[in-house]
Amino acid sequence: MLNVGKIEEGFVLDHIEAGKSLAIYHHLQLDKLDCTVAIIKNARSNKMGKKDILKVECDINTLDLDVLAFIDHNITVNVIKDGEIVDKKVLTLPKEIKHIIKCKNPRCITSIEQGLPHIFVLADEKKEIYRCKYCEEKAGDTPSSW
Amino acid sequence: MRHLMNPLDFTVEELDRLFDLAEDIAASPSKYAHACEGRKLATCFYEPSTRTRLSFESAMLNLGGQVLGFSDAGSSSAAKGESVADTIRVISCYADICAMRHPKEGAPMVAASRSRIPVINAGDGGHQHPTQTLTDLLTIRALKGRLDHFTIGLCGDLKFGRTVHSLIEALIRYPGIRFFFISPPELRVPDYITDSLKEKGIAYEEVIRLEDCMPELELLYMTRVQRERFFNEEDYVRLKDFYILNNEKMALAKDDMLVLHPLPRVNEIAVEVDDDPRAVYFKQVQYGVYVRMALILTLLEIKVE
Repeated sequence: MLNVGKIEEGFVLDHIEAGKSLAIYHHLQLDKLDCTVAIIKNARSNKMGKKDILKVECDINTLDLDVLAFIDHNITVNVIKDGEIVDKKVLTLPKEIKHIIKCKNPRCITSIEQGLPHIFVLADEKKEIYRCKYCEEKAGDTPSSW
Repeated sequence: MRHLMNPLDFTVEELDRLFDLAEDIAASPSKYAHACEGRKLATCFYEPSTRTRLSFESAMLNLGGQVLGFSDAGSSSAAKGESVADTIRVISCYADICAMRHPKEGAPMVAASRSRIPVINAGDGGHQHPTQTLTDLLTIRALKGRLDHFTIGLCGDLKFGRTVHSLIEALIRYPGIRFFFISPPELRVPDYITDSLKEKGIAYEEVIRLEDCMPELELLYMTRVQRERFFNEEDYVRLKDFYILNNEKMALAKDDMLVLHPLPRVNEIAVEVDDDPRAVYFKQVQYGVYVRMALILTLLEIKVE
């Protein structure tokens, strides 16, 4: 069993679906932060069998939780201060996401006009379906297809 | 300021007002002959579509307005690499309203987001063609007096036909609509549409042959079965004749059933059917002009007393 120490201030993103942590690392732009980040892959989990965990030692206002909710709103977000959990954030699906994913429809106007923002809107909350704001193409189901 | 991107942009009540206006225009065209004097419509067509462009231009000319524009991307600044957003900013200085057709889906929406004048989506790729749907609805309402409680058959290419998809979405907002989807299995209506109908409890049946539902239909919406949709010639040849509407099949239909078609027709409706009073596809073209006139007046907020 690998041990990763406690963080003093920041976030612990728990219950990430195994294999998704690197995608989340990139989407949250953690590579651009000058702080300690621990990526734990395939940790044992009673609930999920295997899970990923991300520990980020940073100011708690730094992260865009909307992005996280879009990627997987079942992730547990623990807010840490002075080494203790002070809050658990509930993630809700954002109504709109911008510049997170690109539209893959070759007939979409975004395929020829490079300056346009890639915007997806929540079309069906129950089925968690996002559609391109311009052409209404459905967003891919998994990060690998984004 | 409003734009029209999708036929569902207007509520059922707003559509009622639009169709009331269109029917008044049809009844008294001279009343509206000067309504748009001094106004200009820009038809920005990045791909050729003579029928739709002429319908818009005819609509504006009937209202006493003027038209300007281009009819393919090669003769516009798009050929020099100008973005849609820049083009519409420029067009906003030249005209009072714009009808835009573009091969890329969502282009009119990009234009609308940057425009100082109302933008009408005149067709964007395989995505939306809202004025065709408004034309279909007005034709039904004008000739049948209502848009609810119909059994409607949609026949032909139900998989790729955007006019069919839009019409289904528009009609299910009215009560008592029952659908027959008549197509070969290769061209059946997409699952996301049938799933949505199931969820909403809307009755539909899928049949292969027109003859199987013809006596029940009050409306028949024909579309073209295109050779290029088939994987092999044999399947195309086997299936295409199922969907030729002729007098023999019309004999099975109710006396007051209406036949609609977005046109162009190739061979899916035999010419002999044209003389049948139930064939209303050329009247539909005329209603297309009336509904575009009503739309231009509505978006320009011009009231004629």
